[in-house]
Amino acid sequence: MSWDIQQTTRVSNFQQTKGNLFERLHIDALLLFLLIALSSIGILILISAGHEDVGLINRQAIRLAIAFIAMLFIAQIPPHILKMLSPWLFILGVLLLIGVLLFGEVGKGAQRWLNFGFVRFQPSELLKLATPMMIAWYLSERRLPPTVKHILFATLFIAIPTFLIAKQPDLGTSILIATSGIAVLFLAGISWKLIAGVAVSLGASAPILWNLMKEYQQRRVLTLFDPESDPLGAGYHIIQSKIAIGSGGTYGKGWMQSTQARLEFLPESSTDFIFSVFAEEFGLVGCIALLALYLAIFFRSIYIATQAQDTYSRLLAGSIAFTFFVYLFVNVGMVTGVLPVVGVPLPLISYGGTSMVTLLIGFGVLMSIQTHRKLLSS
Amino acid sequence: MNERFDLKNARQERQLFLARTTIISIFVVALLLGLFARLTFLQVETYDKYADLAQGNRVKLSVTPPIRGLIYDRNGQVLAENNPSYSLELIPEQINDLPLTIEALSKVIPISEKDIKKFHKKRKQNKRFSSIPLRNRLNPTEVASFAVKRHLFPGVEIQARPLRHYPYPELTSHLVGYVGAINERELKQIDPVNYRASRYIGKTGLEKTYETQLHGNVGYQQTENTAQGRSIKVLRNAPPLSGADLHLHMDIQLQQVAYDAFGERTGSVIAIDTKTGAIRAFVSKPGFNSNLFVRGIDQASYSALQNSTKRPLFNRALRGQYPPGSTLKPFMGLAGLESNVISSSQKIFCPGYYQLPKQTHKYRDWKKNGHGSVNVHDSIVQSCDVYFYILAHQLKIDRIHDFLSKFGFGKRTGLDIVGEKSGLLPSTEWKKRAKNQVWYPGETLISGIGQGFNLTTPLQLAHATTVLANKGHAFKPSVVAKLNNKVIKPVTTKKVTLAKPQHWGTIISAMHDVVKGARGTAKRIKTDAFTIAGKTGTAQVFTIKQDEKYEEDSVAEHLKDHALFISFAPVEKPQLAIAVIVENGGHGGSVAAPIARAIFDQYIKTTPTE
Repeated sequence: MSWDIQQTTRVSNFQQTKGNLFERLHIDALLLFLLIALSSIGILILISAGHEDVGLINRQAIRLAIAFIAMLFIAQIPPHILKMLSPWLFILGVLLLIGVLLFGEVGKGAQRWLNFGFVRFQPSELLKLATPMMIAWYLSERRLPPTVKHILFATLFIAIPTFLIAKQPDLGTSILIATSGIAVLFLAGISWKLIAGVAVSLGASAPILWNLMKEYQQRRVLTLFDPESDPLGAGYHIIQSKIAIGSGGTYGKGWMQSTQARLEFLPESSTDFIFSVFAEEFGLVGCIALLALYLAIFFRSIYIATQAQDTYSRLLAGSIAFTFFVYLFVNVGMVTGVLPVVGVPLPLISYGGTSMVTLLIGFGVLMSIQTHRKLLSS
Repeated sequence: MNERFDLKNARQERQLFLARTTIISIFVVALLLGLFARLTFLQVETYDKYADLAQGNRVKLSVTPPIRGLIYDRNGQVLAENNPSYSLELIPEQINDLPLTIEALSKVIPISEKDIKKFHKKRKQNKRFSSIPLRNRLNPTEVASFAVKRHLFPGVEIQARPLRHYPYPELTSHLVGYVGAINERELKQIDPVNYRASRYIGKTGLEKTYETQLHGNVGYQQTENTAQGRSIKVLRNAPPLSGADLHLHMDIQLQQVAYDAFGERTGSVIAIDTKTGAIRAFVSKPGFNSNLFVRGIDQASYSALQNSTKRPLFNRALRGQYPPGSTLKPFMGLAGLESNVISSSQKIFCPGYYQLPKQTHKYRDWKKNGHGSVNVHDSIVQSCDVYFYILAHQLKIDRIHDFLSKFGFGKRTGLDIVGEKSGLLPSTEWKKRAKNQVWYPGETLISGIGQGFNLTTPLQLAHATTVLANKGHAFKPSVVAKLNNKVIKPVTTKKVTLAKPQHWGTIISAMHDVVKGARGTAKRIKTDAFTIAGKTGTAQVFTIKQDEKYEEDSVAEHLKDHALFISFAPVEKPQLAIAVIVENGGHGGSVAAPIARAIFDQYIKTTPTE
C-alpha cells in the first residue's frame, strides 16, 4: 500500500540520521532549544520580579535543572511502556487524591496558589499527565471515532480527578486536567453533533456549577467583571496587574524597571502574575515575542503529534501540546483581566517547582514519542 | 481482511486526527490573537491611563509642616515660641509583638488604658508604616528613662514636635492670642495644600491676624514608595519655608507694670506711642493662660473661664465698649471752641443741674451744689457737667457727631488685630437708622458728657487721646513693628485741622491742670519728674432714677461706675498716650489715673531721652 511505502521511506530517512547525538539521547533538539530559551527568559524576568533575591533565583535554577533532567529521563522511556503504565498511574493518582481529601492536607483557602512548594508533593500534578494518558490509553484500545459508550466512560475518567481536585479546592488545576482529557476526546474524533450537545448542556448547567463554587471562587468571578468595585480586596490583583501591563506600553520600561513589581504593588509578581512584570518591562513588542515563542513550542509539539506512529502517542502528544497552550492562555487571560483569577502559573516562567517538573515531564513524553518511532516501526 | 480493514481504519484515524489538530491549531491561533488584541488594548489604547496609574502608585507625596514664626516684644523678649513636645511614638509594622511591647513600655513610662485605646484608634486611621503616638507630653525624666532602654524597643521612638508656647500667657493672651487645633470650619477656609501637614492655626489675636505670615509654607517630599508605604528614593524635595517672625511695638515689661497696676480689678489699658501710633501696652485684665488652649482645653477649665464673673476671655481692649463719660469733655470743649459756640474765656454758671427750656427734668451735675461760674478750662479741670450740657445743647448732636468722628470715635481704628469693635458715636441719622426713632434734645445733653448712647473702646479712647496730644496729627495704631525683620512704616491718619490752632493749647492746658491744678480731678498723680495731661471720667453702668442719689456703697460691685482716665505725657512734647478703664472702679481720678501714672513712670524710666 502506498501508506506502507511511505512509511518505509520515512524510516530509511530516519536511519540515515541515526548518528545524530540528539537522536541517540532521544532528544528533540528544536523543542529542547525552545524550552531552554523560554526557561532562560523565565529566569531573566524572575530576577526582576523576585526583587533580585539570589536565593529565589537559585532555587528556581535548581528546579529547572531537576525538571530538565526529569524530562530527559522520561524521554528515554518508549511510548509503549508509557501506554502500559497509563491506567496504573491514573489509578495511583486518584487514590492519592482521595487520600489527600481524607487527610485534609490541602485547603489553604484563597492563599493556596501561593504555595507551589518544591518539597510538597501534589497528587494533582501527577494527574495532569496521568489523566490524558489514561484517556489516550482507553480510547486507543478501541476503534475511533469512539462510540457513545466509550465517550461516557472517558468522560467519567476525566470527571473523577477533575471533581476531586476542584474539591481541594484547586480550580486552576482541575480546569487544566479536564482540558487535557477533553483534548484527547476531541482529537480522537468525537462527532461535532456530540460536541454541540455537550456545549448546550454545559451552558444549561452553568448555574448549577456556579452554586457548586466556593464563595471565594464566586467572588473572584464577580470581581472579574467589576474589579474596581473592590480595589483593595478581591479586585486588587487584577487592577494592579492591568496597571503593570498597561503602563508597559509598546516598548516597555526595560528590564528591571517594573515599578509595579519592584515597588511591591503587584501581588504574586514572581508566581501567577509574572507575565504582568514581563509585559511592564518589555511592552507589547516583548509580549508578542514571548507569545510567539509559546506558539512555536505549541506547533513543534503538534507537529510531533502528527508524526506519531500510533493512536496512543498521537492523542497524548496532541493533548500535551494543547494543554500547554491552555496553561498560557488561562494565565495571560487572567492577568490581563479577561478570565477569572484561577491560579494558573505561566508555564515554565512562574516561580514554583511542581508544575514546572510536570510540564517538562510532559515534553519528555513528547520527545519520547518523537524519538522512539524507529524502534516502534521495527 | 481484518488487517486491511485495520490499516484502512488506522489511516482514517490518522486523517481524522490531522483534521482535528488543524482545528485545534486554528483555535489556538485565534485565542492568541485574542490575547494580542487584549494586550494591544491595554498597552497601546489605554496606555496613558495605566501609565498615570502606575506613576500614582509609585510616587507618594509626603509633607513637612513649616515652623511657625516667633513673636517678640520690642526688646526681643519672646512672647510666642515653639517648644519641643516629646511624645512616645510607635510604628506598629516594625514591632513584632505589639501588646507585649506596650506592656513592656508601660513599665518604663506610665501609660494609661486611655492612652492605649487612643493609640489603637489612631492606628486604624493612619496609613501603614506611619509613626503613631502612644503617650504625649513626656517630661524630661520620662524621656531620659526611655532613652536608656531604647535599644530594647525597635520601632519605638521619642518624637519631638514643636508646640506653641507663650512665656507670658496671662499678659499676652488678648494681644498675641493663641493657636489651637484646626477645626472643621477653618478646614474649609484654609488652603488645603499649604496646611496639609499643619495641626494648628491662629485662633485669636495676632496669631489669627497674622496667620498667613506666621504659618509659612509647607514643605514636601516626593518619594518613590512601595505599596507598603516604605520610601526607597527621594525624587523631589522642597523644604518647608518657616513662618515670618513678628516683632511687636509692645514692651512686655511695660505691659507687666500696667497689668499689675490693676491689682485685683478688671479693665483695660492701651498705651500708644504718640510719635508713631505704636502700641506699647495692650492690657485686658484679667488675662488667661493661653497655653491651655494650644493642646485643647479640657471642659472643666473652659467652663471655669467662661463662667468667671471677671470674664477673662473677653478682650476688653479691643471689644469692650464703654461710655467714655467725662473723658469725652476735652473733645467736646474743642468742638465748642472750633464751632464758635463758646469762646475760651466765656463763663457759665453751674448751679449743680441743668434744665432744658420748658422742661422740668433736671440734668444733674455730679457735684450736687454746682461748680459756680466756670469757663471751658475750669469745666475740664473740675469736670463740670452743666457746662457741657449747655455746650452740647447749643452744638446739637449732629455737629458733635461730625467733629468727634474726626478723632476716630464710632469707628474702628484699624489696628492690626482682628475683632475690633467700632464703638458708637450717636447722631440723628444713626438713631433713625438703628432704632427708627427721632432724636430727643435730652439725649444730646447726656451725650455731651459721654453718656447715653456713646460707646468707645479703650483703643479708640487711646487713639483719640493721641490725636489730641499731637494736635491733630496722628498715626494708625499698630501692634507689629517688624514682619520678618522688615520694618512696617507707620501710617498717618487724616489730620484734624482746626480753624484756630490755639484751641489745641487751651484744651491741653486744661488737661494739664487736671493733674497739676489744685482743683484737678487727677491731682493725686502729679509728679515733678515730668508733666502729665489727663482727663478723668466716670461711666455709669446703671442709671439712677431722678432725685435719687447714687450711693456708692449700696450698689452691687458689678453695677458700680467704671472709672476712666485718658492722659498723655510729657505735655510739651508728648511721647505716650494712655487710656485706662477700670471696670466698676468708681472714680477715674482715684482708681484709673494711678494706673496711667505707673505706666508713665515705667515708660519714662525705660525710654532713653533724645
